[in-house]
Amino acid sequence: MPSLGADMEAGTLIEWLKKPGDEVHRGDIIAVVETEKGAIEVEIFESGTLDNLLIEEGSKVPVGTPLATIMGDEKSIAAAPKPPPTASVATRELPQSALRAAAPMTMGLRASPAARRLAQERGVDLDQVRGSGPEGAIIRGDVAGAGSASRPRTGIDLSQMRRAIAAAMARSKREIPHYYLGHSFEVSAAQSFVEEYNSERMPADRILFVALLIRATALALREFPEFNGFHDGQSFQPSEGIHLGVAIAIRGGGLAAPAIHDTDGLALPDLMAKLRDLVIRVRRGSFRSSELADPTASISSLGERGVDALLPVIYPPQVAIIGFGTIRPRPWVIDDRIEPLPVLTATLGADHRASDGHRGALLLARIAELLQDPKSL
Amino acid sequence: MTQNELRAIIVEEIGNIAPETDAVTLGDDEDLREALDLDSMDIFNIVVALSQRLGFNIPDADVAQMITLGGGTAYLARRLSDPAP
Repeated sequence: MPSLGADMEAGTLIEWLKKPGDEVHRGDIIAVVETEKGAIEVEIFESGTLDNLLIEEGSKVPVGTPLATIMGDEKSIAAAPKPPPTASVATRELPQSALRAAAPMTMGLRASPAARRLAQERGVDLDQVRGSGPEGAIIRGDVAGAGSASRPRTGIDLSQMRRAIAAAMARSKREIPHYYLGHSFEVSAAQSFVEEYNSERMPADRILFVALLIRATALALREFPEFNGFHDGQSFQPSEGIHLGVAIAIRGGGLAAPAIHDTDGLALPDLMAKLRDLVIRVRRGSFRSSELADPTASISSLGERGVDALLPVIYPPQVAIIGFGTIRPRPWVIDDRIEPLPVLTATLGADHRASDGHRGALLLARIAELLQDPKSL
Repeated sequence: MTQNELRAIIVEEIGNIAPETDAVTLGDDEDLREALDLDSMDIFNIVVALSQRLGFNIPDADVAQMITLGGGTAYLARRLSDPAP
């Protein structure tokens, strides 16, 4: 049972998406787990053949509990960490690589074993069921709801999500000595770049301005590693990869900030495609385990809701979150002239145990500098 | 294609992107972003879906016309009668 957040102690295995004997590849989604954050898709971190399922559907088990075993080429490999002395140890021992998103999934199944069983029991024709699982696979909930007029599974329990947010934010404000900085800069070049970029492309190939913000932030973090990693209460550990968590609002209340893996290595079109996919899935309640476990820093943009600037709260155990407000036309001094220009305010909420304001100011200035030359992004 | 059919197509695509919302009862002049709590990514995805479904480009500069059901319906009707953007 992977840890999907600093406050997660256990999860309920809702559904296996693979069965013993199935070939699995690193990155395949093999199960769905219910947590306070909703239904999370659990990815496998080794390739081989699924051997034994150790946990029955419906069972609630602590973080760190092995879920299954797989057979590799030469030996049997645990598909989850060995049972730890305590759940918290398991959380630390769980290698980040174990939960890293892999290449696009190549799901061989069209329906999970549980979905097939239920379909057989109820006489439901799977050809007539619309799948809401990974890559459109049919999962148990799809069969259960087949024939009803209900809307597609959302997988989000907003009251549970509110409790998870409350726990994480309370811990953040209790344990993390935040400091805040703001930096306003004009973004006419970046806006023009997006307009020009989009004018030449069909809708599916366009980008949103926020993609530029994410890209610039990821590139800037390369130069400021003290804002990218985790603090365990004792010391700060910088992360080798930059996996920006992107705050995504859930309609009706709620928030999630799943990771876009290796954000700094993604060109703008790829970044935009990942962002689109992530937003759609998150709002449908379809998270992947690595997306919740891996963010190394976060970004939040409330520019569409009219705020000038936000003072964001760090998601522990991360140590920094960058916020962006609304782009507004402002009187801006250039040399000795005043011109109306689009101006954006970026803010930083950072952990004073890991960094100081001077470096934070340089980080924001670097983000602003990168956005002045958008063609380089 | 009639205006009612075009409106139904827009409502259907909104439902695909934001299934927890209900656009059927919206007035023609209501701002989709305000009424349904849609953001720029939702509008982006709706425009992509409509463009692919109807088979013509919707220039970025025209997207502002798509933020109400009435505006979107009228825009799509114009484009169907004159496909050149």
